[in-house]
Amino acid sequence: MKATNPARRIMVFGDYRNYFQNRVTLQLLSRAVELGREMAAEVSVVVIGDGVDEWVGEYIAHGAHRVYVYEHVRLKDYNIETYAFLLARLAAEEAPEIILVGSTAFGRELAPRVAKKLGTGLTADCIALDLKADGLLVQTAPAFGGSLLAEIVTPGVYPQMATVRAGIYQEIPHDYAAQGEIVRLALPEDLPRERVRLVRSERQPTRAQRLEDARVVVLGGRGMGSKKKFKGLYELAGLLGAEVGATRPVVYARWAGQEALVGQAEGHIRPQVLFSFGISGAIQHTAGIDDGAFIIAINKNPQAAMMEMADVAIVADAPQVCAALIRELKRRIRS
Amino acid sequence: MLNLVVCIKQVPMVTELPWDRQTGTLRRELAEGMMNPACKHALEGALQLKETHGAFITAICMGPPTASEVLFEAGALGADRCLMLSDARMAGSDTLVTSSVLARAVEIYCPDFDLILCGCHTTDSETAQVGPQLAEELDLPSVAYAEHLALERNILTVRRLSDGFMETLEMQLPGLVTVATQHFVPRYTALGGLQCAFAGHNLLTIGAEDLGLDPHGLGLKGSPTQIINVYQSGTHKENLVLNGSAKKIVEDLLERFEDRLGGAIGKDLKAGEV
Repeated sequence: MKATNPARRIMVFGDYRNYFQNRVTLQLLSRAVELGREMAAEVSVVVIGDGVDEWVGEYIAHGAHRVYVYEHVRLKDYNIETYAFLLARLAAEEAPEIILVGSTAFGRELAPRVAKKLGTGLTADCIALDLKADGLLVQTAPAFGGSLLAEIVTPGVYPQMATVRAGIYQEIPHDYAAQGEIVRLALPEDLPRERVRLVRSERQPTRAQRLEDARVVVLGGRGMGSKKKFKGLYELAGLLGAEVGATRPVVYARWAGQEALVGQAEGHIRPQVLFSFGISGAIQHTAGIDDGAFIIAINKNPQAAMMEMADVAIVADAPQVCAALIRELKRRIRS
Repeated sequence: MLNLVVCIKQVPMVTELPWDRQTGTLRRELAEGMMNPACKHALEGALQLKETHGAFITAICMGPPTASEVLFEAGALGADRCLMLSDARMAGSDTLVTSSVLARAVEIYCPDFDLILCGCHTTDSETAQVGPQLAEELDLPSVAYAEHLALERNILTVRRLSDGFMETLEMQLPGLVTVATQHFVPRYTALGGLQCAFAGHNLLTIGAEDLGLDPHGLGLKGSPTQIINVYQSGTHKENLVLNGSAKKIVEDLLERFEDRLGGAIGKDLKAGEV
């Protein structure tokens, strides 16, 4: 292993707000440590907040060489302007080559503002990060109508910035014996007053988490034909003990609620078995689905992308197969 | 009266994407365009504010000249003025450059705006970055993924769902919001509105010089991000294809995979003796 060159840095934004549900920061940290090893760079996490010691320890236990801490009562809420100011200020001072931010709703709002302040590029919602031989970070992101993947670089412009989807990288098992440096920073005197005031924040019970955890997922697309036929998927899901997910056109058409949307930053699913009814297969879905899943796709068009990535491709009318499957399952589960 | 700006992008219609069967690539030049759905929700947000408070709405679109279609649509829905930012040298601009171009247009053509509304993301590149970066460029307070807007005096109250929290936020205008696609269901375009939109002369086409922009800083050349490779996604699996009647397919499926499916759902799916 090459010695770490402290002049080369990878910085990760410590997004701890949903620590127990969304481990994206730990997953990113794990990838950052691997990249850091390749390029002999030091990996640091930036933690902003009030009463954050717990997270500082967690990030060191998960591989951070250094944690920068801004701790102040003014930082207790996730305030976009304040957080963007602090992260950009620190990045300007420490000059990391790479900054990684998890694709949470907050991260997706924070990273663009920081990139703009730093005058650098930003790749959204990456599903892979790799180093080229010349040291450039290749950021792979869904693009072009959601049907393609694009490899994006920012040659000659630093830092190289990306938001990265949750569930792509495995976190490193924690090691509480791990040593890391903690750098406590004072609030800059010129920190501007936050202009967006948080009046209230209530935790929502989200179905999305259940969808993420489901072992069997029944996904439906526009090929289900109508809202009425789409309802059949809920009956099927009931028989399978499954959760129902939906594509964006389906959610727009109000056949299913927003919470069923799969393929968003938070809609990454890891079922053992996935049924795909009437989905032609935009990458929002293909990338949102874990490789390990056993995929059964039903579509009239055998060339649909979803059919090509399926283990079992059923060339037929999706609602008809749904109805037949409901009948057959009822018969078998009863017998 | 409020002075509202809505930023609108034209995107390829995802469900109608023409694929080249030979190469397996997207023939983007043949794709039908449409107003990006989230932008349509942003416009609806502006129209609702107009109904409640009275407003003058400027719709801004950046793209090739053909993208002005979406501005006619915006006009038909109730936008009062449309600005088409179109210049070959802007083609291929990434979000950093796009947000700068939009910012100059707002500064020059809408200096007294109260609120800018953008869609929270587009269906083509899905970056969700232009709104926040436009706010940064214009030094505005902003809230992304807004689902509910209420205006009292000069204070905008915004509700949004963010990482499992329902947040209520306040900001003093001028400001910027990006609008999520759950609420603000777009209205239908009235035929009368369509007629007005095409009859009126409220569409202004604007190039780089009008904005006082250095063409070298625009488009692909001016953008830090570069796309080096584009490919179709897909994992490599052994394909089993099932054909025939729905009943036969389902029997076949369960026959072959009853253990696998039964294991996943924790139920015995073996067919009983009939």
